[in-house]
Parts: sequence; C-alpha cells; structure tokens
Amino acid sequence: MTQTRLVEVRQNVLKHNDVLARELRIRFQEAGVFVASFVSSPGSGKTAFLEKTLTTLRPNYRIAALVGDLATANDAARLARSEVPVKQIVTGTICHLEAQMVENALGDWDLNELDCLFIENVGNLVCPSSYDLGEALRVVLMSTTEGEDKPLKYPTIFNTADVAVITKMDLAEAVEFDLQAAHTSIQAVRPGMRVFEVSSKTGVGMAGWLEFLQSHFTANTKSNHFEISKIAD
Amino acid sequence: MHELSIALSMIEMATEESIKRGGAKVGAVHLKLGRLSGVVKDALLFSWEVACQGTTLEGSRLEIMEIPVVVHCENCKIDRTLAEINNFSCPVCNEPTPEVIQGKELEVTALEIIE
Repeated sequence: MTQTRLVEVRQNVLKHNDVLARELRIRFQEAGVFVASFVSSPGSGKTAFLEKTLTTLRPNYRIAALVGDLATANDAARLARSEVPVKQIVTGTICHLEAQMVENALGDWDLNELDCLFIENVGNLVCPSSYDLGEALRVVLMSTTEGEDKPLKYPTIFNTADVAVITKMDLAEAVEFDLQAAHTSIQAVRPGMRVFEVSSKTGVGMAGWLEFLQSHFTANTKSNHFEISKIAD
Repeated sequence: MHELSIALSMIEMATEESIKRGGAKVGAVHLKLGRLSGVVKDALLFSWEVACQGTTLEGSRLEIMEIPVVVHCENCKIDRTLAEINNFSCPVCNEPTPEVIQGKELEVTALEIIE
C-alpha cells in the first residue's frame, strides 16, 4: 500500500539566480563599478534615454553598457553611437535578463577599468521584476504616451525598482499627460520613490538625473568629477 | 511570461530532492507564492502541467499557498495586510507604507513523497 509523506524543503525557487546576483554585486563593489539597470515597457524611450546619458557622461567617466532584447542588435548599435563599449544580449525567447546572462556577457571586460555599467533589460514590465541582476540601482521608466496609471497596472515592477523616470516630457502637452496623476500612481505603489521627469530629445530634466547618478559613483573613481550643469540642457 | 522557466526550475529542484531520497516519487510540490513575487498563479499552474510532461514529476500536483502583502505602518506601529498590491497605504489610517514585511516569497516549502 502506498503512503504519502510530507518532506519539508524550504528552497527559494530563484536561488540559483539570487546566488549569482549576489556574487556579481560583490564583484562590482570590489571593482568600484556602479551598476544601474533599466526596466520599462517596449517603446518607452529606454534606449534614447540611455544614449543621452552615455553620451553626456562618456567624456568624464569610463562607462560600458549591456543591452537585452529578444532579437536583433539594433539597440546595441544605437548605444554604440555614444562610443562606449556596448554588448548586446540576445535572449531568444526569454522575456527578461537573468544574472547568468549578465555574467556571461561581461566576458573579458575588466571591471576595474570601469566607473559605471548600465544594463538595459528587455522591454517588459512583468518578468524582469523577479530577477536580481546584481545591480546597485534599478530604474523603471514610463513615458508620457503610456498613460498615467501604468504603475497601478504593473505595481510589482515599480515596487522592486529604486527610482522612476518619466520620459518623453516634450510630448506631455500634446498627449494631455496628467503629471500629477502619474506621480500619485507611482507613490501609491512605491511610497517615497524618487521620480525624474525628462526628455531625452530636448534634454529637459537630464541635469537632475545625471547629478543624481553621479552622486552614486564611487568616491575613489579615477575619473574627474565634473559639473553636470555645464553640459546638460 | 516567465512562469514556464519558473516551473522548470521547480521541477529541477524537486527532481534533485527525489534523487537524494533514492528516486522517490514526488506526488506534489508545495509552493509559497507572494503576491509581489511577479509570478502569476494561474500561469504557473498551467505551465506546471506542461513542464512536468515526460519528467518523473508527470502527473504531480502543484499546491500553491498565496501569501498576501504585509506592510509595516509607522503611524499605527503595527503590521497590516494589504488588500491590493497597487495601494501601499495603511488600510486603517491611510499612511503610506513603503516597508514590505512579506509578499515577495517564491519558495518551495515541501514535497509530498509517495512511498
């Protein structure tokens, strides 16, 4: 006669990813490289925002970028215009980046030679929320063309992010974007979250974002710090 | 949808546990699933059946215990359960509640071994 026995296990399903992410985080910290990841829905302006950020910081910092997509290396080609080292991670059918993909993509890059690494996740507001990539800062983006209630529809990704960026502010008026409603939505799912309003096209709001970013770079960076206000806008 | 890869990870985990126990048959896997885990219960249940096919876990059940989000209210000085995950404020005093106590769980807690 068969019997059923309950065996206690207690294991985190994403343990493998979490362990790898923890190891990556330690590697990044030891090398003094600040790592920020970017999540958003497809078409929210992540790549344009990153391109603007990379181009502005490049003269003064040693930066590299990883960019994830299901297919094509188009985004890597766009980011490469900023003349920083860029690698594309083609995920195939996978809708998010995992720590293992980041580790593989780092390959022969010498982290000690970097001040900052940007990781652009696959455009997706659902799946990336579950996967730690070892980043120090997770940035979630939403554009003015997407609707003010995006955070209420996708609370998990906003809740797991550290800061939010509202992009395409130059289109806000044309699409009758209700900025106050967007802020209310963000604060409802992540009380106290810092929010930046930017336009990658006109440069509006980029100074505040870049200043914030620069404040996270390690003090022992070999590059010279500079006045963001001089180059933005 | 990443529930399929989550299901595959769980099957791998359960298979390892089964091998440790001399290849014991696993009848069910028990999972704690937080509402803030980013994993959807129904999608995971659907994926489970598909992912188990052709493995030693074929025909096994996935028992999901959903874990609500619990936050700490600074104002009331007490932990509160949230009804919705898109309104992080105290259901009693309405104070914003950024501090999450539970709700991110994605944890296999037990296996039912058939002997």
